[in-house]
Amino acid sequence: MSSKVNVIALKSILHKEVHRFMRIWVQTLVPPAITISLYFVIFGSLIGSRIGEMGGFDYMSFIVPGLIMMSVITNSYSNVASSFFSAKWQRNVEEMLVAPVPNWVIVAGYVGGGMARGILVGTIVTLVSLLFVEIQIHNIWVIIATVSLTSATFALGGLINAIFAGSFDDISIIPTFILTPLTYLGGVFYSISLLPEFWQGVSQINPIVYMVNAFRYGFLGISDVSLILAFSVLLTFIITLFVIAMTLISKGIGLRS
Amino acid sequence: MKKALEISNLNKVYKGGFKALKGIDLTVEEGDFFALLGPNGAGKSTTIGVITSLVNKTAGTVKVFGHDIDQELEQAKSYLGLVPQEFNFNQFEPLMKILVNQAGYYGIERSLAYQRAEKYLKQLDLWDKRDDSGRMLSGGMKRRLMIARALMHEPKVLILDEPTAGVDIELRRSMWEFLRELNQQGITIILTTHYLEEAEMLCRNIAIIDSGIIVKNTDMKSLLATLDQETIVLDIKRTNITPVLEGYITRLIDDHTLEVDVKNSQSLNDIFIQLSAQNIDVHSMRNKSNRLEELFVSLVGSGQKEIQEVS
Repeated sequence: MSSKVNVIALKSILHKEVHRFMRIWVQTLVPPAITISLYFVIFGSLIGSRIGEMGGFDYMSFIVPGLIMMSVITNSYSNVASSFFSAKWQRNVEEMLVAPVPNWVIVAGYVGGGMARGILVGTIVTLVSLLFVEIQIHNIWVIIATVSLTSATFALGGLINAIFAGSFDDISIIPTFILTPLTYLGGVFYSISLLPEFWQGVSQINPIVYMVNAFRYGFLGISDVSLILAFSVLLTFIITLFVIAMTLISKGIGLRS
Repeated sequence: MKKALEISNLNKVYKGGFKALKGIDLTVEEGDFFALLGPNGAGKSTTIGVITSLVNKTAGTVKVFGHDIDQELEQAKSYLGLVPQEFNFNQFEPLMKILVNQAGYYGIERSLAYQRAEKYLKQLDLWDKRDDSGRMLSGGMKRRLMIARALMHEPKVLILDEPTAGVDIELRRSMWEFLRELNQQGITIILTTHYLEEAEMLCRNIAIIDSGIIVKNTDMKSLLATLDQETIVLDIKRTNITPVLEGYITRLIDDHTLEVDVKNSQSLNDIFIQLSAQNIDVHSMRNKSNRLEELFVSLVGSGQKEIQEVS
């Protein structure tokens, strides 16, 4: 098929995906804003004022990038996981499978939809955080690159989860038992330099540490890990997950009998 | 005449070892109205699944207008429109969005897609429902929506898997008329159905599949010509005595219903003459069963089970 046909197909999937999460905005866009407000009130104002500084910044300013990133990760993942699994469950994924849509367009369309929700929610959370703290920007390009690559990584993860999922329970297991612990232990609320040496080493295998720290660098100019290493980890994850997603869809795992 | 569909030695073995298709060969000419019949589990939907790439085949080749699905899958897909057996659209999307998005998957610009959606929604009496979500539709409307969706890219081959299942008689006949018009416009139509009357009325060629094997593949006229006898049911003036018709086997079902077995070589006029001579008036006449149904039962081993579903 020509590139023009593929571009129109990609735009159609993107349009469908964005329309889906905008249609149910009360479920998709409002809860992160409320949750993040509670984080700011509890961890920032009430507890944070007693913690003092972290990494040379007041605690509220320190946790803002991590909280934004947490919303981006959760929403990018859950958008694709729930949307693609619903399409499987209702069998309307067959609309794409019978059409001359290349597999990479299907992957790109769903990942693009997940990124759109992740970045939109990240923007909403950033705006909410302005009510509580003055945000400084150290390097806007690092912020844009980190949020884009992170949302793409977790959108791909959500897609793979949905491909394997056989029930709605299966798309909540990974966010509950893997994603949430990794996020909370990923340096959102603390600098990993505060941890004992052993746990600092353990944190090195948590990919979210690299994402949160690169993002924090974009805002505050501080990071527990090197930027080059952080972006290398992100790119490695994206390439690996993309190859896995493409292979699964090409073989029709969970999609074709 | 071009070959719209060529299937050669098609095999499908599902996980667990169930052999759904055992070396199917099938050819459908361009412009044909083709019926694929068979009992439940015979392999009809699996065959359609392989053609439309929803089922991975185990062996064999499938070509759509000469494009092999192994080598030119996207080209082959672009010719096909599928109306599946199960409702498989997003129940929460408005009808217009469902159709426009589907067109987009085939590379059709949104402005053109909206025009086509309007055209097909109007033709299929769904225009008033264009902003409703799919779940608000009745069963018949959902079937029509799936037909409209399959037509959005104006396919050369339209495949319908049990398109009138659960649809009332009036709507079924209007759908038949719509499908006839599509076929007259040049669209090749491949149909699976449980309603054998539907196949007999619409289709020019037919394949009967049973246990993954094509047991008959011919044109409808030739198939029906092989039927050497049919049973007619006469509604007659009340009588207690079974009328004797020379040369015919008769059964008096009740005091006003007479069944007569008629061979192809025999004349109906002769029956009426003999009844008239016995002062028995005939009020009405009908076939005991659909002619194709009788053939179907004779060709398919599990016919007795199936006939309950088709009657």
